[in-house]
Order: sequence, then C-alpha cells, then structure tokens
Amino acid sequence: MPEHADGAPGSPVALSSGPGRVLVFVYGVFAVAATGRSLVQLGVDAERAPLAYSLSLFAAIVYLVATTCLLLGGERARRIAVAACTVELVGVLGVGTLSYLDTALFPDRTVWSHFGQGYGFLPLLLPFLGLAWLRSDAARNAPDRREG
Amino acid sequence: MNDWLLGVVVALSLLAAAVVAVQAARDTEPQDRTFLLLAVIEAVLVVQVIAGSIALARTDRDVDGVTFVSYLVAVALVLPIGAFLSLAERSRWGTILLGVAVVTVLALEVRMDQIWSGVGA
Repeated sequence: MPEHADGAPGSPVALSSGPGRVLVFVYGVFAVAATGRSLVQLGVDAERAPLAYSLSLFAAIVYLVATTCLLLGGERARRIAVAACTVELVGVLGVGTLSYLDTALFPDRTVWSHFGQGYGFLPLLLPFLGLAWLRSDAARNAPDRREG
Repeated sequence: MNDWLLGVVVALSLLAAAVVAVQAARDTEPQDRTFLLLAVIEAVLVVQVIAGSIALARTDRDVDGVTFVSYLVAVALVLPIGAFLSLAERSRWGTILLGVAVVTVLALEVRMDQIWSGVGA
C-alpha cells in the first residue's frame, strides 16, 4: 500500500494492518456479498419482501462504510468504523431476534436474519471482532492521532 | 458445472487451508510456496470460469444465469485480492488472511454448486 511512504521505521501501525488487514478482507467480502444479494433481490422481485430486501441493502452499506474506514485509517475513520460496527451489532441482533419471533415479517432471508445462519453465523461474530480491533490500543494509536 | 473441477478446487483449498493453519499456528509470515499453491488453485478457478460459462450456455435446465456467472467470476477474484492484501502484511496476520481467503473460496464453491443444481434460495 502506498500510504505514508514517508513514514519513519517503527511508525505507528495503520488501522488496516495486523488484525485490521484480515478485517478489511472479511468486511470487503461481506460488503460485496450483501450488495450483490440486495441488488439481485431488489432487481428481481422488490415487492415480495420490501423490509428484508431494504435491510439487505442497509447491511451492504454498513459493511461498505466499515471497509472504507478501515482502509482510510486515522482517528475520524476509526470513530466512524466504531459507529458502523455498533450499528452492525444492533442490526444483526435485532434482525436475528425478529426473524425468529415474527417469521411473517421476513418472507425471504437477509444477511442478518437468523443471526447470519446462511453465512456460518459470521455476521454475528464480525461486529465483535471489528469492535475488539477498533477499540484496541494498536488501533487507537494508529497514525493521525498524535495530538494527544 | 464440472464436478471434477469442483473436486480439484475443494481438495486443493482444503490442503491450502491446512497448510496455512499450521503456518499461522507457528506464527510465520506468508510463504512463497503457499503463494505457489494458491496460484495453482487460481489457475483451476480461471479454467472454471470458462468451463462454467460454456456449461451454462449448453444446459437445458433453468439455472439462474446471472447469479451463477457472478459467483464464477467472484470466486476467481478472491485469491488475487487476498494475496495482494497479504503481501503488504508480512506477519502471522497475512497468513491468517490467506486462510480466510481460501475458506471464502470453499464457501463460494459450495454455494455455486447449489445454484447450479437449483437448490436453496
């Protein structure tokens, strides 16, 4: 990556290095998966399950924001990423619970329904991993946060 | 969909997953021979794009063509992107990233086979 080419040896790690780099990849995969799913669903038969399909699109946007922020780095991006992961956590827990309680509400599946069962429950695990990394000391000390 | 290609991809991916898991456990950075193994898998995946497209054009069954081709192309992009990202991460995490990429390939292959067979929604 060309970022911070002028960085001195031993300069702080970026948000997208170490565990963050694995997260960039996983979030990227889910961004593409959720985007693809929502576009196909909305394009083929939008009336069938408007709520589920809108949620798929919403999930896609959340994953895209998280991926982008991890790649951008810096304190502001980190804070936005924390917000995105929090929304993601609330979303997967909320939609997951609702999809069990009220099956009529979700005639078709989304990334988050049944706590991401169709995706090996990774959508449930991912926000915890994301928040753990974003709140870690290494991520907090990423570049652009030297003012104190 | 060609079952032989699917079998080869799954077998090689499982091998790569095992190799990478051992390397990650030993706390090593991505190895050249691992990239070589991934390159072989990638070559098979490229062949699969061509073979899958031809099979789709020839089949009489009602296969969701757009989704199927999307998966064919997507699965061939996973390893190059994963390898590119891991090149700049010369640590255990780069190795773990390769493992995640290989598992992604496996998941997409299984799903693609289901789409080809018309199973699930």
